[in-house]
Amino acid sequence: MKRRRPARPSTMKDAATHYCQGCGHSVIHRLTAEVIEELGIADRAVGVPPAGCAVLAYFYFDVDMIEAPHGRACAVATGIKRANPESIVFSYQGDGDLAAIGTAEAVHSANRSENITVIFVNNAVYGMTGGQMAPTTLLGQRTTTSPAAAGREAHREGYPIKVSELLASLEGSTYIERCAVNSVRAIRRTKKAIREAFLTQMNGEGFSMVEILSPCPTNWKMSPVKSWKWIDEVMTPYFPLGVIKDSRKGSKKDAG
Amino acid sequence: MRGSEAIGEAAVRAGCACYFGYPITPQNELTEYMARRMMDTGRVFLQSESEIAAINMALGAASTGARVMTSSSSPGISLKQEGISFIAAMELPCVIVNIVRGGPGLGNIAPAQSDYFQATRGGGHGDYRTIVLAPASVQELYDLTRKSFELADEYRTPVLVLADGMLGQMMEPVVFNDKEILPEQLPDKPWTVKGAKDRPSRFIRSLLLDVDVEEEQNWRLYRKYQRIERREIRHEEYYMKGAELAIVAYGTAARIAKAAVKRCVEKNMRVGLIRPISLWPFPYEHIYKTAETVKHFMSFEMSTGQMVEDVQLGVKGRAEVLMYGRPGGVVPTPAELFRVISRAYNKIAREK
Repeated sequence: MKRRRPARPSTMKDAATHYCQGCGHSVIHRLTAEVIEELGIADRAVGVPPAGCAVLAYFYFDVDMIEAPHGRACAVATGIKRANPESIVFSYQGDGDLAAIGTAEAVHSANRSENITVIFVNNAVYGMTGGQMAPTTLLGQRTTTSPAAAGREAHREGYPIKVSELLASLEGSTYIERCAVNSVRAIRRTKKAIREAFLTQMNGEGFSMVEILSPCPTNWKMSPVKSWKWIDEVMTPYFPLGVIKDSRKGSKKDAG
Repeated sequence: MRGSEAIGEAAVRAGCACYFGYPITPQNELTEYMARRMMDTGRVFLQSESEIAAINMALGAASTGARVMTSSSSPGISLKQEGISFIAAMELPCVIVNIVRGGPGLGNIAPAQSDYFQATRGGGHGDYRTIVLAPASVQELYDLTRKSFELADEYRTPVLVLADGMLGQMMEPVVFNDKEILPEQLPDKPWTVKGAKDRPSRFIRSLLLDVDVEEEQNWRLYRKYQRIERREIRHEEYYMKGAELAIVAYGTAARIAKAAVKRCVEKNMRVGLIRPISLWPFPYEHIYKTAETVKHFMSFEMSTGQMVEDVQLGVKGRAEVLMYGRPGGVVPTPAELFRVISRAYNKIAREK
């Protein structure tokens, strides 16, 4: 029997992505696009892609988008949402973008409880620039800028930053969940989390973020299959999955 | 009315829907004024976590078509340059006020004109320009701020208002000789990203990986800047008829120069003043024409000499260009400038 390809959501353009084999971005794009379609918000959605591998997201998402300077997606999203509160605004950011150069913008957007949604793709490495150490690079992980045999070491390069927990500690953040895209089950869970995050915004309940542990086989120098395993074996012990914070009042019932 | 309030009120009456700012002296009165007025009118005021965040919030808000403003002072404007470059590249309208203070570095909070190069040469990375207007009175702070919003919309480009703490603090009468526009009365802009309702989706970007595409975008911007250069040059003349020495000064320095020139004229010296109101585009052509008959120019600036290079570019070797400057936040008196001009004038007269 011929397997049918699932139909492309109307919120995605008919384009082949530039992403590497086994990269998590295409899956995360699709999940986000599906949620936007299913929630019926395509005509209100404005996406803010970052500087990074996902900068070309506007070639794939069929919704309004505006590029942000590196790290400033939360500030740009804030401006869009404040100027036009009817829009549903999401930023799509990598770990370097959100957790290094854009830390201040992320922290303060969360603290102000900006009514925006952040899709935070954590692949523990700077992808586009060729595999340098990211703020979320794990201890012991070797990158082009943590090249020691022992990889990243705390005494020299500090610790990988747990952005979800950091933002969850702020009074203003509303919904924060950490997911992964390294199995069918995990992918389904991620879609649910993205849905919850957008619902949080639609209900006007403030800052929502989904952190997604995502494979980067190219820069991890692994096969896609091995990179899936690496998420389970190395990433999730340090970055535990699950709802990190849910202080919603109205939309909790929508879960599941 | 106080200068900083005139800027704020002009923005409100121009239909500015969003203001984003971060505290820095000497422009806090403007931010505070906007906080009150925007709240009163039910518009967006947001104190950001940094100047970088403020300019990027302005970028986001501008992409919805709203009229937006941010303000700061020299070190803060340096931080905003990243965003200004992106706003220019993305062709978004935005008004930026720089209440210039002494520099470099933290410098001080006194009036200065040392950000001229930064303002008139783009300021951030890449091949772009921003329109730069330099008011010299509280009325002009009002009029030119209002004009900035119109120019920003017309050319889809960032517009800079360059003033200093003296103009910001000064109290002068102001006439609102314009019609107030409410944000909701502004026409819809056909390029905004507000959600793809009843139309195909759009995106706004500045990343153009294909060099041919980026080159064409640069030429396109260049042609726009040429259009602005043809149409938006503003300057004022004072006692230039029959002048043998032309002082060139803008903003606060022009006020001082006006008083000094007046004294010179009273002493029967043939001295006049050219006051560029738009610093970019600069009145090169006018200065060139003037240099046909006026053989001596003096750039007077509250810096070690930045605009003087534009005066030289305007003169094109047709006349002598002198320079007198006081940097670091020093505001010279008209009497001091009068002495400087007299010395120069007498020297010119002797050599004739």
